[in-house]
Amino acid sequence: MAVVYSRPRSIEDVPFHYCPGCGHSIVHKLIGECIDELAILENTVLVAPVGCAVNAYNYFKCDTCEAAHGRAAAVATGLKRSLPDNIVISYQGDGDLASIGMAETIHAANRGEKITIVFINNTIYGMTSGQMAPTTLIGQKTTTSTKGRNDSMGFPIDMCKLISTLEAPVYVVRSKVTSAASALKTKKHIKRALTLQKEGKGYTFVEILSNCNTNWKMTPLDSNKWIDSTVEKVFPLGVFVDKFGEQK
Amino acid sequence: MKGNEAMAESAIIAGCRYYFGYPITPQNDVPEYMSRRMPAVDGVFLQAESEVAAINMVIGASAAGKRVMTSSSSPGISLKQEGISYLAGMNLPAVVANITRAGPGLGDVTTAQSDYFQATRGGGHGDYRTPTFMPGNVQELADMTVAAFDLADAYRTPVMIIADATIGQMMEPITLPKPTGKVFEKPWALTGAKGRAKNIVRSLWLYPDPGLPQNNEQLQKKYAQIEREYRMYEEYKTSDADYLFVAYGTTARIVREVIGMLRSEGIKAGSFRPKMGWPYPYEELRACAKGKKFVLTVEMSYGQMVDDVRIGMNGDIPVHFYGKAGGVILTTKDIITAFKGYI
Repeated sequence: MAVVYSRPRSIEDVPFHYCPGCGHSIVHKLIGECIDELAILENTVLVAPVGCAVNAYNYFKCDTCEAAHGRAAAVATGLKRSLPDNIVISYQGDGDLASIGMAETIHAANRGEKITIVFINNTIYGMTSGQMAPTTLIGQKTTTSTKGRNDSMGFPIDMCKLISTLEAPVYVVRSKVTSAASALKTKKHIKRALTLQKEGKGYTFVEILSNCNTNWKMTPLDSNKWIDSTVEKVFPLGVFVDKFGEQK
Repeated sequence: MKGNEAMAESAIIAGCRYYFGYPITPQNDVPEYMSRRMPAVDGVFLQAESEVAAINMVIGASAAGKRVMTSSSSPGISLKQEGISYLAGMNLPAVVANITRAGPGLGDVTTAQSDYFQATRGGGHGDYRTPTFMPGNVQELADMTVAAFDLADAYRTPVMIIADATIGQMMEPITLPKPTGKVFEKPWALTGAKGRAKNIVRSLWLYPDPGLPQNNEQLQKKYAQIEREYRMYEEYKTSDADYLFVAYGTTARIVREVIGMLRSEGIKAGSFRPKMGWPYPYEELRACAKGKKFVLTVEMSYGQMVDDVRIGMNGDIPVHFYGKAGGVILTTKDIITAFKGYI
């Protein structure tokens, strides 16, 4: 019988700890498929962040280095400078990348480190159970903004926009995984970013809008609808930078 | 050669090809020297956006199996403590040099020895130790830099060098060290899982995974081995001495002068100089101090290493302390006055 669907070879055959319906599982699978299709598993080093994806080393079959909260881009810099022929992927969430790690994020981008950042933006701190993130929307309720985020707490930070102002990045894109179609599109973006890295072109940044249904206190379906109807308005999808032209 | 540059060149001699740093006085000669030298030896110099980023780049390069170093001075070393704790927990080798200045806070850019606790007691969070070299002159700074890389690789641990700003900034004629030629296999390094199972470099294990207690016990075993292997100290005119000084770094040089002055007055004094702050040569110090009337510990601090002297003496004989900190170099006159107060 023909196999029509299977777990990517780059992903371990173990149950994920992620909540049912969470985007992390989908994005892991997409990255795994891209690693398979580009045949780079034996050449890839992943940086696992602090956040819900802290255990990513249990799920990917590639070499993996943990990083302290916010420091993944600096660890990835050290790895890539030491291993210029390897593929280095830094997988990070919004608290990690856009709050405590903002300096590391911006400066790695500004130096044009030849790494790929996969940025899961779910507008909340998931691992620590639902505090306000730098990407939390105005009005969004979290455990540290119980009446909704107001402007005295700062505004949601648009990382793609911010990174696009820099000279060095070669590929900056925002995508989502709220449907099969959007997930497939996201996969194309991840694959393009990894391909550009493989070709030594430069810094690539893939932001993915993803739900945190547990901490948003919604069903997975409703949380995906909320991304489509509301989150996407604050964080519009699209290719922000593609110095080498969109792949047809 | 200037202390800071001698250290940088010795790192290159030791095979270090990766340096990540951030400017801070009084160690700026190190990143400046590395920025010139690293490209010449096909190495990597990178000026990071902060000390925090620099130490995390060190983690990345070390995880990739490379010999890597960073340097800073006191306030910058405080920022690096997060990364040093991770290096220890992740079992990653690296050399971290602290050309110490005065604190607390921004303090002063001038010399001090007030980071002894930070270096020898862990500095960051968690149960770990950092082997800590304490050179007394530029030659030792150079030699210890080479030794630090071997220790780091042999035990997969971060190693610190603490040299007061005087040693970093001072010029002395030296003979550059030779490479030791020791080779350390690093099968744990992250290089891509080709033809082997994947490698993971981590410091996190969540309950009920037994990984964390296992890793911590393994660290303690490693530290016990290092304690057995490393006992570095120097004695000066101690055999006939009635009084014993204990001092390290630049202070130990001043104390030598004091000993000469006291001896010319007929007072028999000697000195014991620890060359490492951890492991501390407790037993050797105790043996050396046996039969002396008292021990006077002298530091450019308000009393840090003196705690180790008291542990070593364990109440056998009186331990006194004299020290000042805040960018002042102790004078022979002040030390002698303090000493005579205890006779």
